[in-house]
Amino acid sequence: MAFAAFGSASPTKDSGNKRKGGPIVLALLLPGLIYLALFFMTPLVNLVVTSLESPDPTGAIGAYFYDFNIGNYATVVSSYMPQILRSFGYAFAATLFALAISYPVAYYIGVKLRSRPLLQRLMLTLVIAPFFISFLLRTIAWKQLLSDNSGFVSLLHATGILGQTQFFIGSDAAVIFGLTYNFIPFMTLPLFTNLERLDVRLLEAASDLYASPRKVFSRVTLPLSMPGIISGTLLTFIPIAGDYVNASRDFLGSSKTSMIGTMVEADYLQNWNYPSASAMSVLLMGVILVLVTAYVRRSGTEDLL
Amino acid sequence: MAAQANVSGADLELIDVRKDFPGFTALDDMDLHIPAGQFFALLGPSGCGKTTTLRIVAGLETPTQGQVLLGGKDITASKPHERPVNTVFQSYALFPHMSVLDNIAFGLRQRKIADYEKLAKDALNLVELGHLGDRRPQQLSGGQQQRVALARALVNRPSLLLLDEPLGALDLKLRRQMQIELKAIQLEVGLTFLHVTHDQEEAMDMADIVAVMNKGRIEQMGAPEVLYDRPKTAFVSKFLGQSNLFIGEVTSSNPSSVSIEVGGNKITVDKKRAEKHTGRIAIGVRPEKADFHETKPKLGADHVVIGPGEIIDIRFTGVSNQYLIEIPGVGEVIVFAQNIGKSPEIELGAKVWVSFKVEHAYGLADLPDGTEEN
Amino acid sequence: MRKFSLGRFVLPAYSAVALVFLLIPIVYTIVFSFNDSTRSNTVWEGFTFKHWLNVCARQDVCDAVSNSILIGVISTIFATILGTALAIALVRYSFTARSMVSLSLFLPMATPEVVLGAGLAGLFFNAGVGAGMVTIIIAHVMFCLSFVVVTVKARVQTLDPTLEEAGADLYANPAHVFTKITLPLLMPGIISAALLSFALSFDDFIITYFNSGSVTTFPKYIYVAASRGVPAEANVIASAVFLLAIVIVLATQIRGALKRAKLAKG
Repeated sequence: MAFAAFGSASPTKDSGNKRKGGPIVLALLLPGLIYLALFFMTPLVNLVVTSLESPDPTGAIGAYFYDFNIGNYATVVSSYMPQILRSFGYAFAATLFALAISYPVAYYIGVKLRSRPLLQRLMLTLVIAPFFISFLLRTIAWKQLLSDNSGFVSLLHATGILGQTQFFIGSDAAVIFGLTYNFIPFMTLPLFTNLERLDVRLLEAASDLYASPRKVFSRVTLPLSMPGIISGTLLTFIPIAGDYVNASRDFLGSSKTSMIGTMVEADYLQNWNYPSASAMSVLLMGVILVLVTAYVRRSGTEDLL
Repeated sequence: MAAQANVSGADLELIDVRKDFPGFTALDDMDLHIPAGQFFALLGPSGCGKTTTLRIVAGLETPTQGQVLLGGKDITASKPHERPVNTVFQSYALFPHMSVLDNIAFGLRQRKIADYEKLAKDALNLVELGHLGDRRPQQLSGGQQQRVALARALVNRPSLLLLDEPLGALDLKLRRQMQIELKAIQLEVGLTFLHVTHDQEEAMDMADIVAVMNKGRIEQMGAPEVLYDRPKTAFVSKFLGQSNLFIGEVTSSNPSSVSIEVGGNKITVDKKRAEKHTGRIAIGVRPEKADFHETKPKLGADHVVIGPGEIIDIRFTGVSNQYLIEIPGVGEVIVFAQNIGKSPEIELGAKVWVSFKVEHAYGLADLPDGTEEN
Repeated sequence: MRKFSLGRFVLPAYSAVALVFLLIPIVYTIVFSFNDSTRSNTVWEGFTFKHWLNVCARQDVCDAVSNSILIGVISTIFATILGTALAIALVRYSFTARSMVSLSLFLPMATPEVVLGAGLAGLFFNAGVGAGMVTIIIAHVMFCLSFVVVTVKARVQTLDPTLEEAGADLYANPAHVFTKITLPLLMPGIISAALLSFALSFDDFIITYFNSGSVTTFPKYIYVAASRGVPAEANVIASAVFLLAIVIVLATQIRGALKRAKLAKG
């Protein structure tokens, strides 16, 4: 899948020669799987359990007891509906922008630069380069560059796009901008991996069969790059939905741009309202599981990793 | 654990070996005996099970049933690294992260042989690559890699050397050259070679004994000349060289021969060259043993004459001319005529008779696929 | 024909613009590491090397960085070992529940960090384990594991299994086949995986924040300082890490290119 892009960019071929090893396979698999079971599965189960807890009668903060209080979910959904809608709205918008921006770049690097591998690798490195600087600092950089007294905002004022009392930082647009920026590599790499293997001869064949460049794109290139688009979309949409740093007041957002993650953090670390935080997390996880299941149904699990 | 001390050129025996894979059976009750010191070829089309056989002998697969004996010792349960058997792989499988010399020395070092460096150098010289010891395998040409793979196996003096279509990736000229070299090395070193290939010319050229495999079984085994001159099954007759096959009911027989009638022609074969003497049989003859005539020839009872027919195709292949003759009631007959300038200026459509000596015909044990039995 | 030449110009130009856009914050960060600032690093006050020369003038920055490095190294070691084993098993062996294993390894990568962070924090809380270095490391190994598996798996798939068969054929027992053939050939992939794992660990914020207690890592330091003003020393560290990463990547590319040239020359 897309994730192979994080590894080597060379296409993977499956060696059909699989052995049936008894004890060796167990020795190889068990440590990792036990670790997963302990520190991934158990926390998830724990989240579900915690989400159903009820407040301790003593009323002490942070004190809860095991219960089956499904009402927690109802509470969470109704109180945090704005955040929920906003999170998925931001995620949707940011993913779309990321796709629109990344696709041409990925196409250029993956298809057009095949004849110049050195340049291709250089450009690819530059695309991933932002990764190498802490994403917090990247976001802070934009916060400064687009701050209230920056040239950018002055320009917006001068052209009338923003009223004199309006600013960029703290708006939905700023958050979406930050999210798009930070997650572009997550979109570009899967697209690139897919486009890099695009058989150019198919495009030539389409041309030979009287298709205009636009038709070649819509009838051949686009359908063939669909797997890359889908995995790129999943890889961007999911983390964005759960992010809260970009939307934070200290970064690009304001108190009016809080997302699901903001609420989870607040409930968990500040209010000690564990059931609420857990319920939110479970809901978010649920949506993601639905998306992933839909993907696996379509494309199977062999290609996931 | 170092491998057993080599019994120089040991006998190999496969007894009732069966190998099942999910969905199909690769080897079906196979029996095989290779005497020590022979150059043995296992010949067959892809999918016939020859590579599976090789891998079972090497220990890289375990048989579902049956035994593998080397020099009388049952090695069926031994792991590959415990068997005194070495393989030259089809893809050479040279270790890319080691030098050529280290590749060759690998087996020696695993067996903790003391002067491995000298032995490796000697092996490298044997295949005439002494100056390339420090290179990486990727820097060598295909032919050179093949020789390194050979040296790497040979240096361990195995009781049995397995070769898995090692010449497949080489161009024609290099392949011919390597065939001669391999045979020479085998004679010089005196080891038993088991060579797996789908190239029948290669097998016939190099081997002392050829076994033809089809669908998981050995159909026929023997010296190349014998197999060529007297194939026993339709498959062998078609796989080794070309064959004309005539199918019909046995209509007459005498103490020394049987005859069938095909399209009004009588075709006879010697009983001692025929597997089946009654019922519906197939009689074959090689195209180069057949001749054609523009008028019906007057030949004795030791000849078979069939015809008349029409020449429908002529091919010029340099050494010989290939004539395809359609005889009504019989079918298409191929005749090779050696190109020594005496062939008449014959044309397409010419009416000819075909003849061949009875002693060149062979009778098969079965009928070709697709023909009805009785 | 006109459309064709338009395409030839537009695409590269657009890509160049996009790349410049991507690199702007990096340039900003590096430039501001030279800013002659005292507390808040938001306004340009002049060019100076002093932050680069005296990075640990602010001890808390250096402490945070050393924590991050320590956590990164330890997490990487564990994640790489566990992940490599899993990758080899997935590619080379057939076993029941392969799909389950693949899915279970994929899910952590698809799970939002808040969920992982809150989940692990809840687990540690219920188990009575106090948040700190150990919990951070456990969390980091957790989310790096899948990435290691993906990276090494790609490498294992390009490994010709016949090579290992040849090793066995040449008298190497299974342990030797692994140490003398498999491992050396997998090494580039394992190293890539380790570097990726370290990078992910070093840069992680959300999961760490939930599970760190009083321990500060570099990203956590930045987050906390964001409201007050991030000192230039942090920019210095980040720039140094960035340059180091670029150097490593370039060095690998150049080394690879040189190797290929050498082999081709033969």
